Amino acid sequence: MDAKDILGIPKTQLPTTQEKKSRPQKEPQRKPDGISREVYALTGGLAPLMPSIDVSQLKKRPPSDEKITWQWLPFTNSARKDNLQLYHWVRVVNGVPPTGDYSFAKYNKSVDVVKYTDEEYEKYLTDPMWTKEETDQLFELCERFDLRFIVIADRFPSSRTVEELKDRYYGVSRAILIARAPSPTDVSGHPLVKDPYNVSQEVERKRALSMVLSQTKHQERKDAEVLAEAKRITDSRMASRAAEEPEMPVASHVGSESADRAVVLGDTVSPSSNIQLPSATVVPSTSIIADSASTLASLRMLRVYLRTYALEQMVQAASSSAGLRTIKRVEQALQELGVNLKPKVPTKAVCAEHLELRKEILTLLNLQKQ
Amino acid sequence: MEGEIEPVDCASASKPPRIEIPKVPDDSEKPIAIKRLKDVEICVPIVYGTMAFHLGRKASESQSHRWTVYVRGATNEDIGVVIKRVVFQLHPSFNNPTRVVESPPFELQECGWGEFEIAISLFFHSDVCDKPLDLYHHLKLYPEAESGPKSTKKPVVMESYNEIVFPEPAEGFFARVLNHPAVVVPRLPAGFVLPTPVPIDSVHGKGRGDTKNHPLSHWFMNFSEADELLKIASARQQVQAHIIKLRRELNMMNGLPPPPNPASGHDYA
Repeated sequence: MDAKDILGIPKTQLPTTQEKKSRPQKEPQRKPDGISREVYALTGGLAPLMPSIDVSQLKKRPPSDEKITWQWLPFTNSARKDNLQLYHWVRVVNGVPPTGDYSFAKYNKSVDVVKYTDEEYEKYLTDPMWTKEETDQLFELCERFDLRFIVIADRFPSSRTVEELKDRYYGVSRAILIARAPSPTDVSGHPLVKDPYNVSQEVERKRALSMVLSQTKHQERKDAEVLAEAKRITDSRMASRAAEEPEMPVASHVGSESADRAVVLGDTVSPSSNIQLPSATVVPSTSIIADSASTLASLRMLRVYLRTYALEQMVQAASSSAGLRTIKRVEQALQELGVNLKPKVPTKAVCAEHLELRKEILTLLNLQKQ
Repeated sequence: MEGEIEPVDCASASKPPRIEIPKVPDDSEKPIAIKRLKDVEICVPIVYGTMAFHLGRKASESQSHRWTVYVRGATNEDIGVVIKRVVFQLHPSFNNPTRVVESPPFELQECGWGEFEIAISLFFHSDVCDKPLDLYHHLKLYPEAESGPKSTKKPVVMESYNEIVFPEPAEGFFARVLNHPAVVVPRLPAGFVLPTPVPIDSVHGKGRGDTKNHPLSHWFMNFSEADELLKIASARQQVQAHIIKLRRELNMMNGLPPPPNPASGHDYA
């Protein structure tokens, strides 16, 4: 007690300030009122710079002056054609049930499928490949299934391909549109008129897509190689043509053409590479393939090179995604296996084998990480 | 590459075989375009290095060793069919450190006391490649093991094996070296028509450019591709076996809760 008196006042002050200091580090000063401490800690503990959470809104303010009850009431759905009456829980405020249609009725959208009369059919829509009956059936199915052509093709009585059905449907719709329009210019902006359905193009497109999706790894590698080479050629052409202006339009046309092709191929290549992902153990395998492909392409650009130089470049490309430590571990593994880090007799075969060995060691190391 | 074949004129073999064509501003960058073989590579295996003899009693402070730097065909065939001349760049302390050797055997002998890096530039014939290729070699005079009496008979040999690769060789070049023992030429598909080969002007009337009976040939190192291949193949087998084993284990583990230490018990590297 005496000691407290003597040292008391300053002494008791110090610990409290210390306590206060340590608190903000431990707890966020108990700022949250309305939510529990743990929940507030999820946001990062400290008060956010921008008030991202309005603490007062986290716990719903119970509307104090309203009386809320929940009642089991019947309802109808305007989207239904029958008058089915079902029941559900409804939030009733002060004895007044909510008004308005069933809240999900607005989602019942459907497609406006064209309806033609028999006259119109005779006048505009006859086609040697299609009977009226078939066309009628098609349109009925289109309406029923909201233009889901895959389903329609499945349900269609005679076997027609999806492309044929689409062609007939869009062809008829287009003809009706043009026939009913007061003047051709009115509808010329309509997408159906401007860009009509092109059957052959569609068939070709789907065929190409399925070919790309079923590409083998080997093919994919070759494509990446060609792409890299094309890119290199256009890059070097762009660079050299930059000096000569009159030739620019030619080069840029060529460049953009091949760039377009590259972009198109690139787009189609990526879906297939995504498909390969689950099976590959090394995830950036496609980027490694692209690196190796571009290295091969750049080697071919040289008029002459040494085999050891080529091997170095390929090793670098293969290890491009690996960190320094991984590379060191590959070299360590090579040493333990008794293989020279740089082959003593770098023939074509030896270099190829060496490269493959390095890649396999990389695979092994990646597996060991898992 | 677009296609004018290099004009062939055997009668003017004494003159450089190039015909003047006025520069037409067409879209090709060079005035003369050369037809090249795509997806074909010509390979020339070479060995380059140094051999150093201690001079023994005749040695002085400034000249303790006599050494030779050279570039030879890996099978000791005449690489003069591809290489036109070799330039050895020596240490600046030598007189005229840039030494040019115009004909095979491409070698240079000197006396000295110090080890340094020699830059070797290979220049090819005009139908082969117009860019030189650079090699570097460290001149070794002193052997690894400090063996007592320095032998004047046994040289310190340091050789490196490498292969010169021409990825898209010109047709003319290909036709010319098709059957030469110093050059590795792939087989072309049947029915491939090549132009008639033009002989290049060669300076060496000295006779043979090959090094089969070279006075130092019995010191040449042996480079066996087979040994290295075997080593690598067995290494690959080991690694592949490990990979299979690990994959099997990983497949078994998937579905079970993750083990506390996935790498335990499997120390490979």
